[in-house]
Amino acid sequence: MLSRVLSSLGAMVGGRPLRAEPALREGDVTVVPSGCAHNCGGHCVLKAWVKDGRIVRLTTDERPDLDDDPQLRACPRGRSYLRRIYHPDRLLHPMMRVGARGEARFERVSWEEAIDSVAQAMVRARDRYGPAAFLNMHGTGGASLFAGSRMSQRLLNVFGGQLNHHNSYSSAAARWATPFSLGTADAGHSPDDWVNARLILLWGFNPTETVFGTNTSYRLKLARRAGARIVVIDPRFSATAQALADDWVPLRAGTDSALMDAMAFVTISEGLQDQAFLDRYCVGFDEEHLPAGAPVGASYRSYVLGLSDGIPKTPAWAEGYTQIPSERIVALAREFARTKPAALLAGLSFNRRAYGEQPVRGTVTLAAMTGNVGIPGGSPGGVSYSISRSLPIAEFPRGRNPIPESIPVFTWTDAIVRGTEMGAADGVTNLPEGQSRLRTNVRFLFNTAGNTLVNQHANVNRTVRILGDPSLVDFIVGIDQFITPSARFADVLLPAVTWFEKNDICGIWGHGHSLIFMNQAIAPLGECRTDYDICAAIADRLGVGSEFTEGKSELDWLEQMVAPAREADPSFPSFDEFRRRGVHVFKYERPHVAFREFRADPVEHPLATPSGKIEIYSQRLADMALEHVPPIPRFIPEWEGGPWDPLFEKYPLQAFGRHYQRRTHSIFDNVDWLEESQPQRIFMNPIDAAPRGIENGDLVRVFNDRGAIEIRARLTRRIIPGLVDVPQGGWWTPDERGIDQRGNVNVLTSERPTPGARGNAQHSNLVQVEKVRA
Amino acid sequence: MTGLAFHIDVSSCSGCKACQLACKDAHGLEAGRLWRRVVEVEGGEWTRKGNAWCSTVFAYTISLSCMHCERPACMTSCPTQAIVKRADGVVAVDGGACIGCRYCGWACPYGAPQFDAATGTMSKCDFCADERDAGRPPACVSACPLRALDWGPIDQLQARHGTLAQLPPLPDGAQTGATVVISPPARMSPLSPDCVQLANDEEILR
Ligand code: SF4
Ligand code: SF4
Ligand code: SF4
Repeated sequence: MLSRVLSSLGAMVGGRPLRAEPALREGDVTVVPSGCAHNCGGHCVLKAWVKDGRIVRLTTDERPDLDDDPQLRACPRGRSYLRRIYHPDRLLHPMMRVGARGEARFERVSWEEAIDSVAQAMVRARDRYGPAAFLNMHGTGGASLFAGSRMSQRLLNVFGGQLNHHNSYSSAAARWATPFSLGTADAGHSPDDWVNARLILLWGFNPTETVFGTNTSYRLKLARRAGARIVVIDPRFSATAQALADDWVPLRAGTDSALMDAMAFVTISEGLQDQAFLDRYCVGFDEEHLPAGAPVGASYRSYVLGLSDGIPKTPAWAEGYTQIPSERIVALAREFARTKPAALLAGLSFNRRAYGEQPVRGTVTLAAMTGNVGIPGGSPGGVSYSISRSLPIAEFPRGRNPIPESIPVFTWTDAIVRGTEMGAADGVTNLPEGQSRLRTNVRFLFNTAGNTLVNQHANVNRTVRILGDPSLVDFIVGIDQFITPSARFADVLLPAVTWFEKNDICGIWGHGHSLIFMNQAIAPLGECRTDYDICAAIADRLGVGSEFTEGKSELDWLEQMVAPAREADPSFPSFDEFRRRGVHVFKYERPHVAFREFRADPVEHPLATPSGKIEIYSQRLADMALEHVPPIPRFIPEWEGGPWDPLFEKYPLQAFGRHYQRRTHSIFDNVDWLEESQPQRIFMNPIDAAPRGIENGDLVRVFNDRGAIEIRARLTRRIIPGLVDVPQGGWWTPDERGIDQRGNVNVLTSERPTPGARGNAQHSNLVQVEKVRA
Repeated sequence: MTGLAFHIDVSSCSGCKACQLACKDAHGLEAGRLWRRVVEVEGGEWTRKGNAWCSTVFAYTISLSCMHCERPACMTSCPTQAIVKRADGVVAVDGGACIGCRYCGWACPYGAPQFDAATGTMSKCDFCADERDAGRPPACVSACPLRALDWGPIDQLQARHGTLAQLPPLPDGAQTGATVVISPPARMSPLSPDCVQLANDEEILR
């Protein structure tokens, strides 16, 4: 089968010269179109050069590089993939735990033994606790259409069901909060519209490092070339600020809402707001446009001017929190209010903070005040990367789950410890009639292509205490490519293939406009199998094999998933032709502008909010009366945010874990070429290092009440004083004292959720840093 | 003068190192051997003003390979004439003649030649001779997500992008006749360029 694929592909690429170095000149190389689809939003072309069954090189897109259809070039992570496929630590055989859970002592077993053991444990747990005790962990390692945690999600559904979870670790507060303002979370313009902007504010948005969709950075470069001024608002002088910005506004991390409120103050007090737009399209900006039941003084304008609380949100007021000089705030506010059209593109960083819901709704408010909603070159704020124009593909069906109730994903450790106490107040949704709490604690964890089980969840030391307790967790199944910190905790650990050992399609994240076929290039390494095969084998052993597979092969499923593409786009090739070409780009008549119709006629095309308008004041939020989620967005000083927190005396530095260019979350942490290019370090300002006697390259200890890590310091002026950056995703590596030696920021982060979404606030942390003396 | 050269657009380089990694992939370079490296520079400062921080901080990155110089210091330092300047301007090592003494690596002001422990000889950027033979651009150029690298005959690049061949902290290009065109970053310090500092020693000095 594999050789058939390769030879047919070989014939197809035969016309191209395939040489890179003398050894490859004999015409003995086959170039197989594939791609990279981790959860960075990227959808990048990688072509595998295969010689004697081994990949010897990876090249990227070679189609013409056009402004309106730029090549889908792979990022540094994708370009390093050879070192990941053939990494000496690849998990190649099924394993069974022999030591204590988490000790990472495993014994090689046969596939049959491994599948038997999983199936028996599943039957035992179902009979004992019922299906609601099963949780399929959040896992995004395989973000293509046909891989990853969706496979085990389907498996659990065909087996009888599972506890659902909602939200994500990326955008919980953003996707929860945006609809209160705009009626939907899919509020972005397509990136080809950015050339129409005259000003672009990249607020906590760092696509050059995160990627966030292939060519997001390049589209911004094209926008700048077309005349847009770009201003980056970020506590770090990020790679985005370096490569794309005309100006950079550093601020104290987590004070975004204070800056927004002060920008609104300047705009209002200088009369620069688009009052006609606010009057016609919005609710709750001023007292005249509050919903009927709202109390006097509840409008955003009253709050900003201090009419309701006696505190005008002046630039001087904001300077105390944000550390931005007040005159800089004034200038930024004026520029944003006067330059039209202007796009405020917010990243997801501030949504992962203590009160992450506030700045998300704040961006919508600023966009509305300046009338930038529904017009080319503008942006409505909110989750401004996620557009409503989605790709015409069918998802892999997850199956029907008889269990309706759902927990916020970030609270899964609580569902283990005190699930039967958790109800609506904990963010549990869809509880069936007559049931106010979860019916059982979570007892069985299925962890496919994910590292959230340990590494990416907050407060690692707490998590591993819970997972290590056999009285709390009966069984953990792991499916992975390496023995990651999460995989260490599996009872049965099953080896999975990489992209290059299977067929798949990459078409992830809503703003992409292309599909990439990822052809299998080599036979699976060792005894590795695809996530689909593994779950199918377990289903088979459980007697539900045909329910799981519906008798379909990998390629059958893939063909079925792109069927809608052919219906939507007559130029979409046949399945075989798509596999040969590797890339299909969808062409659209014009850029997608969110809420264009609403702008044209708000009565005919109302938003999906209760009022049909942009709700700066949300009556729904007022009715929910959640603490720290007011009906209007506003600055709330964070816990573990700054000097106002009593903890600041003990832990006087803020710490966060940005997304590092050399990893997609925790993936690629073990790749040597990437460690060489961007080593794992704590980044801190010399101003904070000097009084601590810390010099560049010193080993430092970073700690708070939750734990400690030891890591080398990189001193850099590229970060605001008072903040240290431990890029997220380092693989937790405790020494005998329990001190992490790899710089896993989640040793320091808190499991305390955001108040609305009950999402992760993993960027809000206070720590101390000290030099480790030999 | 029409030798091949790189255009390094520092004004839109993010320092991502896709170029460096594509080079390693194309030439099978183990960790520790860098034919292309990315130099990070930072400057400016933070000053307190009341509660606020004022910043003049800036940074830029220069993606650097061999400069394929007109008067290659590597070549003149080589005791066995193992380094040649080809007709197309490319400076290349002849592995057969190289005795691995590393003089070229020390002589080159950019530290471009890199020791290959497996063969005991020096190795360096050959401007992707095989790629060009096959009708493709150099691997680094076609890798750059921000399209910050270009290549071509030096006179054409100069006509398009000017003649700057040096940017701190690089040595003076005139020394060896570096065949390169650099577009400077948009955000240079208001201060003198002497205030910039190499920021990523550990990633490039090997
Ligand atoms: S790939 Fe391009 S942007 Fe990235 S470091 Fe190299 S030259 Fe700079
Ligand atoms: S950069 Fe160095 S190695 Fe390259 S030609 Fe000039 S002196 Fe020789
Ligand atoms: S031209 Fe080729 S060998 Fe030289 S730096 Fe670029 S990729 Fe490396």
